[in-house]
Amino acid sequence: MNPHTLGCIEAGTPCCVPTPHLSIKNLSVAYGETPVLSDVSLDIHKGCITALIGPSGCGKTSFLNALNRLTDLIPGARVDGSIRLHQDDGALDLLDPALDVLALRRRVGMIFQRPNPFPLSIRRNLELPLREHGVRRADALAYKIESALSDVGLWEEVRDRLDAPALALSGGQQQRLCIARARVLEPEILLMDEPCSALDPLASGVVEETIQSLAGRHTVVIVTHNLAQARRIGNYAAFFWMRERIGQLVEFGRCRQIFDAPVHPATAAYIGGMRG
Amino acid sequence: MPSATPGDRLFGLALWGAALGVVAVFAWLFADLARLGLGALSWDFVTTAPENAGRAGGIAPILVSTLLILGVAVGVATPVGLGAAIWLNTYTRAGGHAGRRIRLALDGLAGMPSIVFGLFGNAFFSVTLGLGFSILSGGLTLAAMILPIFIRTVEAGLAAVDDGWRRGAAALGLSQSAALAHIVLPAAAPAIGAGLMLGIGRAAAETAALIFTSGYVDRMPESLSDSGRALAVHIYDLSMNVAGGDAHAAASALVLIALVAAANLLAVALSRRLLTRRLAL
Amino acid sequence: MPRSADTLLEPLTAAMAGISALLLIGMIGFLLAESWPALAHGNWLRFAGLAWYPLEGQFGLAAMGIATLAVAALAILLAAPLGLACALFARFQAPPALAGGFRGLLALMAGVPSVVYGFWGLTVLVPLVARWQPPGASLFTAGLVLALMILPTVALLAHAALAAVPRGLLDGAAALGLSRRTTLLKVAVPAARRGIVGGVLLGLARALGETMAVLMVAGNVVQLPASVFDPVRVLTANIALEMAYATDTHRAGLFVSGLLLALLALGLAWFAARLEPRHA
Repeated sequence: MNPHTLGCIEAGTPCCVPTPHLSIKNLSVAYGETPVLSDVSLDIHKGCITALIGPSGCGKTSFLNALNRLTDLIPGARVDGSIRLHQDDGALDLLDPALDVLALRRRVGMIFQRPNPFPLSIRRNLELPLREHGVRRADALAYKIESALSDVGLWEEVRDRLDAPALALSGGQQQRLCIARARVLEPEILLMDEPCSALDPLASGVVEETIQSLAGRHTVVIVTHNLAQARRIGNYAAFFWMRERIGQLVEFGRCRQIFDAPVHPATAAYIGGMRG
Repeated sequence: MPSATPGDRLFGLALWGAALGVVAVFAWLFADLARLGLGALSWDFVTTAPENAGRAGGIAPILVSTLLILGVAVGVATPVGLGAAIWLNTYTRAGGHAGRRIRLALDGLAGMPSIVFGLFGNAFFSVTLGLGFSILSGGLTLAAMILPIFIRTVEAGLAAVDDGWRRGAAALGLSQSAALAHIVLPAAAPAIGAGLMLGIGRAAAETAALIFTSGYVDRMPESLSDSGRALAVHIYDLSMNVAGGDAHAAASALVLIALVAAANLLAVALSRRLLTRRLAL
Repeated sequence: MPRSADTLLEPLTAAMAGISALLLIGMIGFLLAESWPALAHGNWLRFAGLAWYPLEGQFGLAAMGIATLAVAALAILLAAPLGLACALFARFQAPPALAGGFRGLLALMAGVPSVVYGFWGLTVLVPLVARWQPPGASLFTAGLVLALMILPTVALLAHAALAAVPRGLLDGAAALGLSRRTTLLKVAVPAARRGIVGGVLLGLARALGETMAVLMVAGNVVQLPASVFDPVRVLTANIALEMAYATDTHRAGLFVSGLLLALLALGLAWFAARLEPRHA
C-alpha cells in the first residue's frame, strides 16, 4: 500500500450500479489539425460519480464537451469514435450527425468552471430552459423551480428575491444556481468541469456537498484537479495523461483502487504527487 | 514629468494656444449662429409652416419630413443591420473567408462620399424602382449610408457578450434563436441602441444624399411617397438660394445641432451601459 | 422557440449580410451603368481635360479633380498638426477636468452637420476673406472650413491613440531625463503613430468626399486656380450643382465624376486597411 495515499471514502448511498450508462469507445478529439485526445475507451456507470483526474491540457474538458456535443460549437472540431447512451429501448449513438442535439442536452446537463448564470433574474434563469423544453404552466414552473433551488440549498436564501438579478449572487451561490438550472430539466447525466476551482474554499465546500448529495440521483462525470476532492466524492476515477502532446486515458477503475493501488506507474506518480 | 526647460514651457504654451484657438473658433461659430438665429427661435418656429420661401414662418413640415426620412432609414437599416451583425457574429470566425469579404465590403461602403450615395439613390431608388423624389427614396438612401456603422457597432456589442452565457445556453439545449432572443440580444441592447443613435446622428446631418432623392418640397408631406425637405436641406436652401434667409437658416441650424447632439449623447450614454460580467467571488 | 426558427435563422441572417455586402457592388454597378452613355464613346482621355462644358460635349474633369485634391490638401495641412496639438493638449497638458470638457466639445463639433459649417463659412468667413483678398469664396476659404470640419475627427482619433500608449513607455522616458517636449514628440507620438495616421486618413477621406461645406464657400468656378484665393469647383460640388437639370450625356458625365470619386474613396479605404496590423 502506498504510504502517501489518503483513505478513500465511499460516496453517498449505495445507488451507484455497475451498469454502463455511457459507453465510450476509441474516442478521439481534434481541433483542426491539432489532436487533443486520442483513443479513449471507458464506461460511465449509472448513478455513479466518475472523477476525471490528470494534469491540465490532457483533454479532459474536450472529453466532457464531446459527451454533450458541445464540440459542435467549436469551428473545426472533429470527434471520432463512438459514444453510446444506454436507455431502456437500446442505445443512442451520440455522435450521429442526425441526432437531435437540443434534446440530448436536456438529458445531459453541464456545469462550467466559471459560474455562468444568465444576466437575468434568478427566476428567469430557471424558467428559460424549462419553457424552451415545453414546461409552460405556471404551477409546474413554480414547483420545479422551488425543488431545484431547495436541492442545492438556495431556496431559503433566495425565496424572497427570485426576481433579483442572478449576477448579484456570490460566486458560490451562482455556481449552485447553475447546478439548479442544469437539474431543473431533470437530466440523467451531469457533466461538471472543475465546478469548484473558481470559488473560494468556503464556497467550494458548499458546492462539493451539493454535488455529493446528488449521488445516485444522476450519473455525474466530474473533472477535477483536486485529488482529495476526487477521492472524497468519486465512485470511479479515470486518470488522463499526456503522451506526445496528445491526451490519453491511462487508467480507469473504482476510485478506491485508483487511489490505493494504481496499476500504471504514471498514475501512481501523479497521485503520489511526484509529477503533473 | 519634468517641465523645467524653456523649450518645455514654450511647447506647453503652444499646446494651450492650439487648444484655446480651436475653442475660440468654435465659440465664434456658435456665437454667430446664436446671434443670427436665436431671435427667430420660438415655439411658433417649430410648429408652423414656412412662409415666403422660408424667410418667415417656421419649420414644422420640414421637421415632420426629417423625422419621416429618419424613420424610414432606421426602420430599414435596423432589421438588415441586425441580421447582418448576427450572421457575422454567429456564423463566421474572426479570420474566416466569407466574414472577411463582407467586412471589407462594409468598410468600403463606409468610406463612400455622401454625394455618391445620392447618385446611387437617385439612380436606383428614384429612377429604377420608380420612387421618384420621395421621403421613401431619401430614407432608403440614408439606410444604405448608416448600415456599415450600425453593423460595426452591433457586431462589437455582440462580440462583447460573455461567451460563458452562450455556452451555458447551448449546454441547456437552448436553440440558437432562443439564446439570441432571450440572452444575447438583450445583453447587447445598449450597443444596438448606440449604433442606432450614431446612425441617426449621421443621417440627420445629411444633405448631399437627400437633394436628389427626397427633394426640396417644403410642404407637409401626406405620405412616404411625397417629396419632403429635410432640415439640413432647408438650411442649405435658405443660405444659398434665399436672400434674407440667414436668420431662419441659423435658427434651423441650432435646432439641427440640438437634434444631432441629443442623438450622439444618447449613443455615448448607451455604450457606457454595456452589460459586463459581475462576478462577486 | 420552435426548432424551425433555427433552420430559418442562418439563411435569413445570411441574406441580410448578403444585402449589405451587395450594396457596395450595386453602387458601383449603378454608377457604371449610368456613366455608360458617356463612357461608351471611348476616348476616356477627354475626361482628363481642363474644360468642363458638358452641354457642348466637353467633359474635362482635371480642373475639378485638382481642385478637390488641393482643397483637401489644404484642409489636412491645417487640421493634422492642429488636431495632433489638441490631442496632445487633452491627453498630457490639460488638467483632467478641462480635458474631459475639451474632448466633449470636440465630440460635439464632430457631430455638427457639414451644411452648418458651410452656412457659417458663407455668412462669416467669405465676407471676411473678401475684405482681404476678393472675391472671398475661394480655395482658401474652402480649405479653412474643411479644416475646421475635420479637425475634431483627427483630434479625437489621435487622442485615442495617445491614450493607448503604455504608461511605462512614458515613465521610462522621464526616468532617462528626457524633457517633456522630447518625451511627447519623440516617444509618445511615434508610439501612437498608427492611430494618428488612421485619424488623418479618415479626416482626409472626409475632406475629399465633402460636398455641402465646400460648395457653399468655394466659389464654384471651373478653373485651374492661379492662386489660393481663386474660386474653384470641386467634383462633389459639381455633381450637386448640375444634377438637378442634367440630362442624357451630361448626366452620364456627372456619373463618371461620381464613379471617379467612388474609386478614390475605395482606394483610400484599401490603403487605410493595409496600414492596419494583420491579425493572423
